[in-house]
Amino acid sequence: MKKSFVPLAVVTALLFVIAPILIARAPYESEMLLIQKIFYFHVPSWVAMYCGLLVCAVGSIWYLFKGNRVADRYAESAAELVLLFGLNGLVSGPLWARKAWGVWWQWDAKLTSALLLWLIFVAYLLVRKYGGPGSEKLAAAVGIFGAAVSPFVYVSVNIWRTIHPKTSVVPDIVKNPAKGFAAPLLVSMLAFVLLFVLLLMVRVYLAAHQDALDELYLAHED
Amino acid sequence: MAHEAPASRLVFHMSATERGGSAGRSDLMFLRTALLVLKKDFAIEVKTLEILVTTLFFAVSCVLVFSFAFVKEGQAPPDAAAGILWIAIAFSGTLALGRTFERERYAETLRALLLAPAPRPALYVGKLLGILVLLALDALILVPLIALLFTAPLFARPLLLLLLLAGGTVGFAAVGTLFAAMLIRSRTRDVLLPILLYPITVPVIICGVRGTAALLESPPDETTAVMWLGILFALDVVFLTLALWTFEPLMTE
Amino acid sequence: MKPRHLAIAIWSIILMAAPLFAFQPPPPGQSEFVPIRELPPSEQLPAAPLLVIAYAFFLALMIFYVWTVWRRLNRVEREIHTLEQRTTRSSR
Repeated sequence: MKKSFVPLAVVTALLFVIAPILIARAPYESEMLLIQKIFYFHVPSWVAMYCGLLVCAVGSIWYLFKGNRVADRYAESAAELVLLFGLNGLVSGPLWARKAWGVWWQWDAKLTSALLLWLIFVAYLLVRKYGGPGSEKLAAAVGIFGAAVSPFVYVSVNIWRTIHPKTSVVPDIVKNPAKGFAAPLLVSMLAFVLLFVLLLMVRVYLAAHQDALDELYLAHED
Repeated sequence: MAHEAPASRLVFHMSATERGGSAGRSDLMFLRTALLVLKKDFAIEVKTLEILVTTLFFAVSCVLVFSFAFVKEGQAPPDAAAGILWIAIAFSGTLALGRTFERERYAETLRALLLAPAPRPALYVGKLLGILVLLALDALILVPLIALLFTAPLFARPLLLLLLLAGGTVGFAAVGTLFAAMLIRSRTRDVLLPILLYPITVPVIICGVRGTAALLESPPDETTAVMWLGILFALDVVFLTLALWTFEPLMTE
Repeated sequence: MKPRHLAIAIWSIILMAAPLFAFQPPPPGQSEFVPIRELPPSEQLPAAPLLVIAYAFFLALMIFYVWTVWRRLNRVEREIHTLEQRTTRSSR
């Protein structure tokens, strides 16, 4: 395990203690009142998911074109984290929506595309597990295509007419810190990104051990 | 076996091209290889028309099932025709992809193709063209059929519809050909192909459906349709580029 | 009649009767979408439970994931240990 793990873990833990305090003290949003506070964990979840997507895509490209096995470990670990943080977003979203919009789910652009992106990475892990020999390369291709589709996911909310808040909500908040929404959001985002990095380190550690085990098995057979 | 003869003839043609070629003629070589692959597939298919007829009939039965599912009191919901058209194309496309590459796997001709002195991406393009021809023939039957069964004015703007269909099938087939080719060696290829293909190509389907639905309105909403066509075109470029880029490393073991 | 034939006959009758149970009257559904602001106070959802569930889910999910990684890591380390022991034993 890398030396930076423990300090990073301490910082992340601290941030996750500070964040709820800031969230509780943040002012109520005028229309949605209390339920809007899910926002402070919902949006950072998607941010962490996109971090995972980026790592998976870069790792996949590097593995596919350069044959770098370490890159493949990072890609696999990042894909699991995409599923993890994506799941958090997909659950916190409907819980928020039930109160704010009255329905659990709406087939609008952002929700649909987010679900799709999540499903693509489910497919990534299914290919790795059930694809047979050489499935790491197949999965790498899935990861690359998944990443390529994601900009269309992000842009879609601004094109379709939808009841989901437009993507400019977050930049507006950051530009007006006096309103009190910015601090808890930024702290939460930082906390989630650091959590992502921590979990990635842990998962890559596991992947490295699994590779070492595979090599031992191969050596043992000789 | 009937499959092997055209394949070996193809390899011979390609090495003949290579012998006479030089660096400056690489683009021509690429095109010739792609067209040779297309010609080979066409030659094999034309003997029995097996894949064409079966996928066509599958598409038609899809449409019929959807008719029973959605038509109520003799009326279909307004946008149903657009959705059903694209679903039928997607489903029959997946089937066609599976069957085409199953043929390659069965006769082990893909390995022969990969060993041939031809640029690998050209093989991909050749296969892609074959699938596109198949899907085009499917669409030729499906569009009038759906227009008839759902009394949908699909022919209001024929050029825009044609462009939407072209863009959609290219996007779908670009991803599909790549994934079907790379899944050949996998044991679970039958079930993995749809699992991989559908989530990634849903943006293509969405653009196609919403564009077609815009054309079905009275009067047809041309601006919206053109907007969807633009997004579709961008998606196609992305998918084709990625597929051409990754085909070579994926096919190498 | 052999007992086996009797069993098959009884099972066939049960299986054929099963679809009859599928013909249930449809449940009364919501007739239209009501915007949340217009709901009378008695039907409005309290926000607090949903908020709590959201945060609790996040915590539970993270703990669950870390636990699965821990479990897999233990398994792999145990197998590495066993293999290494086997190799050192066979090389003696």
